[in-house]
Amino acid sequence: MNDIQNKIARNKRFDGLFAIIGLLSTMVGMIVLAALILDLATAGASRLAPHFFTSFPSRFPEQAGILSAWVGTCFVMLVTALTAVPMGIAAGVYLEEYAPKNWLTALLEINIANLAGVPSIVYGLMALGLFVYQLKLGQSILSAGLTLALLILPIVIVATRESVRAVPGSMREAAYALGATKWQTTRDHVLPYSMGGILTGVIIALSRAIGETAPLITIGALTFIAFLPDSPVKAEFPFISFEWLWSPFTVLPIQMFNWVSRPQHEFHLNAAAAGLVLMVMTLAMNGIAIYFRYRFRKRIKW
Amino acid sequence: METNHAGTGFLRTQDQVRLLATNKTIQKLRERTIEFSMFLCALSSIAITLGIVGVLLFESWNFFKHVSIVDFLTDTQWTVLFENPRYGIMPLVAGTVVTSAVALFVALPLGTTIAIYLSEYANNRVREILKPILELLSAVPTVVFGYFALLFVTPLLQSFLPNLPGFNMLSAGIVIGIMIIPYVSSLSEDAMKAVPVHIREGSYAMGATRFQTAVRVLFPSAFSGIASAYVLGFSRAVGETMVVAIAAGQQPNLTLNPMEGAATITAYIVQVSLGDLPHGSIAYGSIFAAGLTLMCMTLLFNIGGYLLRKRFREIY
Repeated sequence: MNDIQNKIARNKRFDGLFAIIGLLSTMVGMIVLAALILDLATAGASRLAPHFFTSFPSRFPEQAGILSAWVGTCFVMLVTALTAVPMGIAAGVYLEEYAPKNWLTALLEINIANLAGVPSIVYGLMALGLFVYQLKLGQSILSAGLTLALLILPIVIVATRESVRAVPGSMREAAYALGATKWQTTRDHVLPYSMGGILTGVIIALSRAIGETAPLITIGALTFIAFLPDSPVKAEFPFISFEWLWSPFTVLPIQMFNWVSRPQHEFHLNAAAAGLVLMVMTLAMNGIAIYFRYRFRKRIKW
Repeated sequence: METNHAGTGFLRTQDQVRLLATNKTIQKLRERTIEFSMFLCALSSIAITLGIVGVLLFESWNFFKHVSIVDFLTDTQWTVLFENPRYGIMPLVAGTVVTSAVALFVALPLGTTIAIYLSEYANNRVREILKPILELLSAVPTVVFGYFALLFVTPLLQSFLPNLPGFNMLSAGIVIGIMIIPYVSSLSEDAMKAVPVHIREGSYAMGATRFQTAVRVLFPSAFSGIASAYVLGFSRAVGETMVVAIAAGQQPNLTLNPMEGAATITAYIVQVSLGDLPHGSIAYGSIFAAGLTLMCMTLLFNIGGYLLRKRFREIY
């Protein structure tokens, strides 16, 4: 009898111990995240002066800045968002609302799941062969934006599908009952209700794209650029120009990679500062996404 | 004026009826067009896959016209950019395998423990707070993790492994491992959560503790889902580029010792892409052959995972 009691006590102790181990394991991730941010902040804070954002890269670490990098990131993200978001939402809505149950739909679903596991650098190789050389888009902002668009397309599709699926069927039936067509139902009822989830997915996908480095290096991003792409807004008619699409480019993570791979400690400080800017951007975007998810989940009560 | 349904106030002339009919046709046409363009968008995902496979095969084909596949698979030297180039992929594969192995060694135990903790121990409020923070780990740009591995983890490791070189696979692997924890833990947690409550209750009714239930009942029941999480973690580790390119060095090195530096497949692709590469040269083809090797490795592992899942699938 005593034996069994001892055994139970031992098991219970171990159970409690594991609760602590589990909490500690979860903490490992957070400690690393905290160490990462602190490390970047202590090294990079001294570089974060206004001129860091308004200067081009330079041979002299103190004078170097991220102007061409952040402008490049903005332009590339513009192309990515304009391609991936409409295409991803359309594909997601199609799969959820329209697609018949047949082998093609099944194939599409398996394919999208598998694309999410393809290493990002492979997308870069594909873009190098296809966009840069076969389609002759060159090593340009356009190629870069399209590459990242393909990379995040599966994320947008999956997010769209999940939030469209969450809209109850009764909403659709109510719209059909009033004589709405399928597209009217989708546009006026299903999409507005699922917008919160879709937006969350889009923001997370774009924050992933901002940090991507490898595929852009593969398609030939330059690491040293001391000029800006042509301005998209012009003073004279027709006021809008698309020359910038063909411009060579660099982006923030590539600029950071360039600085971190140099041996001089001074450049590592620049890298830390660039990393800090990147972290603030991606963490802010993720924070907004988490907030959206939380808010929309709370507000909609079916 | 000709009317139907006279007296009901529901008046329609023939013209109005005809107009309605044309409107209906236009509307139908519009519906069809919209549906078709959405279908094209969905189809684009297949185009991406075909594009990836097509480009890799096509460019590798050009490469293998100059380099024999046997040499590629058996030679122990990878010196593409040298005077007398040799094309043995083995050193790069070894680098990839070692960094991934170190990463999995970190990520699988930690990720599984976290999954058990979050699904069986933590209460709702704790989980709501911990999960998003944990997922931020996968949101950090990989180049930042590379910086962290090179300038924080390596010096830290060097303080108790004094012989550790500045570029080494150990610190790169550890950092990749921490990076992929969220992938492993959240998928595993979902799988464990999906195990029906009555199985859990059956175990508790027999007097098992939470830990015994988790390890002896839930883990085997959810193994098929947990295996998918492991496979995804492996895919991420193998395809990870910036951390290894920054922290593991870029020298091909046929070794299984994580304390040394070595180039991985991905690091090689980055290294070559940074230089100015003439389109159509053998070196240009070599990055596609390397990419193809990478794809084959992930594919093999995915098939292995699939077989494993099939073998251990539990149907309730």
